[in-house]
Amino acid sequence: MLKSVKARKRRDKIFVWLCRGVTLMALFVLALLLFHLIREGAHWLSLDFLNQFPSRFPSKAGIKSALFGTLWLSLLTAIFSFPIGIASALYLEEYAPKNRLFSLIEMNISNLAGMPSIVYGLLGLTVFVRFFGLEQSLWSGSLTMSLLIMPTIIIASKEAIRAVPDSLRLAAFALGAKPWQVIVGQVLPAALPGILTGFILSMSRAVGESAPLIMIGALSYVAFLPQSPSDPFTVLPVQIFGWASRPNEEFHGLAGAAILVLLAVLFLMNLGAVIVRQRFQRYRL
Amino acid sequence: MNNLWHQKVTQVRSQIESYRRDLLNWIIEGGFRLFLMMALSITLVTTATVIVLLVRESLPFFQQIPLKDFLFGTQWEPLIEPKSFGVLPLVSGTMMIVAGAMLLAVPSGIMIATYLNEFASSKLRALIKPILEILAGIPTVVYGYFALTFVTPVLKEILPDIQVFNALSAAIVVGIMILPMVASLTDDAFRAVPNSLREGAYAVGATPFEVITDIVIPASRSRIGAAVILGVSRAIGETMAVTLAAGATPKWTFNPLESIQTMTAYIVQVSLGDTPAGGIEYQTCFVVALLLFAITMVMNFAGNMLTYFDRKVG
Repeated sequence: MLKSVKARKRRDKIFVWLCRGVTLMALFVLALLLFHLIREGAHWLSLDFLNQFPSRFPSKAGIKSALFGTLWLSLLTAIFSFPIGIASALYLEEYAPKNRLFSLIEMNISNLAGMPSIVYGLLGLTVFVRFFGLEQSLWSGSLTMSLLIMPTIIIASKEAIRAVPDSLRLAAFALGAKPWQVIVGQVLPAALPGILTGFILSMSRAVGESAPLIMIGALSYVAFLPQSPSDPFTVLPVQIFGWASRPNEEFHGLAGAAILVLLAVLFLMNLGAVIVRQRFQRYRL
Repeated sequence: MNNLWHQKVTQVRSQIESYRRDLLNWIIEGGFRLFLMMALSITLVTTATVIVLLVRESLPFFQQIPLKDFLFGTQWEPLIEPKSFGVLPLVSGTMMIVAGAMLLAVPSGIMIATYLNEFASSKLRALIKPILEILAGIPTVVYGYFALTFVTPVLKEILPDIQVFNALSAAIVVGIMILPMVASLTDDAFRAVPNSLREGAYAVGATPFEVITDIVIPASRSRIGAAVILGVSRAIGETMAVTLAAGATPKWTFNPLESIQTMTAYIVQVSLGDTPAGGIEYQTCFVVALLLFAITMVMNFAGNMLTYFDRKVG
């Protein structure tokens, strides 16, 4: 307890450097990861790689079907999850009374957000693939993904809606607007940029997720493009998993290249979220 | 007379018009509310379906295998004869990943939060935080690839008898994966500690180290606890990295250099094979998932409760 001031100051200095070192270390790991991916995968990247179907021969393999599958899947997932996610958040923030039932519902949503993705996969497998007979189609995949990202969309939207100042609502009510008119006409437009930011970030989770899709039977060898939502499909992460789980070094290179493409897609999505957020800040009241 | 009649008609008409508008508004308002409510109910339906589904598919399994043999058996060989259904090897595999990941993520997460909160300038903080969030946004399959093609070869240089698939490298990447989450939740906790507490400690001559260990960490311990619990829950549920890097050989062992299998990786393995629906192999998937679900839900609930009550009190 009664240490000399000098010893205490020395311990303090060591501690500060330790914290700084660990933070730098984390940044270094990220750099290392990117560097490793570029070293492994960059020389496989080419236009042909984007424009070819997967193949047994590494030199002829590409990610065309995976890219189109990812595009289809995210489009369908967005269509299902966006309106329902916002609607749930609106009910919770604008209508729901503050009682035990609704705090239980909110708790349930937070718990769902932490449910392992593989459990969503089993859910999709039994409910969509088997029970509704949707087979291993884009329907099953996108519905499963919608359930998976719904909790995060709801949580993000709730925060955006809560940030809308009450004066806006009160002014609208004072002019005689009905609750639904206040919500559709005032609250929703004001909260939309915040909602969109959260939505894009949730979508980027759906784009990177693979376990539930493997559960419902997305294949890593699809040599055709899906023509409709009832077709089988593959997506980038599943394709990456397929290549990475092969022992062959060349396929690891392909997996690295596909990861670079996937990270580029995710980067663009996040950039979109940042741009939306900044526009929002510019037009803020 | 005529004029009066005319007035009356107009009055009634406008009355009807206003009733009509009220009715329309009432219908729209009700319909809108109903739509929002139905949307919200999907989350409840999801939870209910998951529970019903996992329990229903697990029941036939427990009619054949006693619960005691499942929970305390140390042999997990459901796919090869003679079959054996002791879940402990999958649990030990999962626990090794969790322990390793937390050993890495918790101390460094707390130190990063400390650095960002107490030492870094606000400019540096604004720069570092988004970069750390990139780590959280990288898909798990990428971490699996990183473990398999980078971490394991590097470990092999240091520990020559490590296996190609091993718990250690998977634990390391899972730790990196949950580090941003632990750091960010701890950061929130530290920010919630009122500055007056810090200033009071500084005023009586405490060094920054003492302020953090004696004031800031104790004041935010329940939220740090929540961060740890939620981190553990994520590590347990993590699937792709451990499937790729930790192997597919369930073993009752605590040696991190060996190939193991986690609960999640087992479920993936079964779904990759052609297991017919309805057999006992198929049911094992749901039994393991039920265990996984039960563990993670209890932990999530505990973690969220800790944060919730802390927010209420603080």
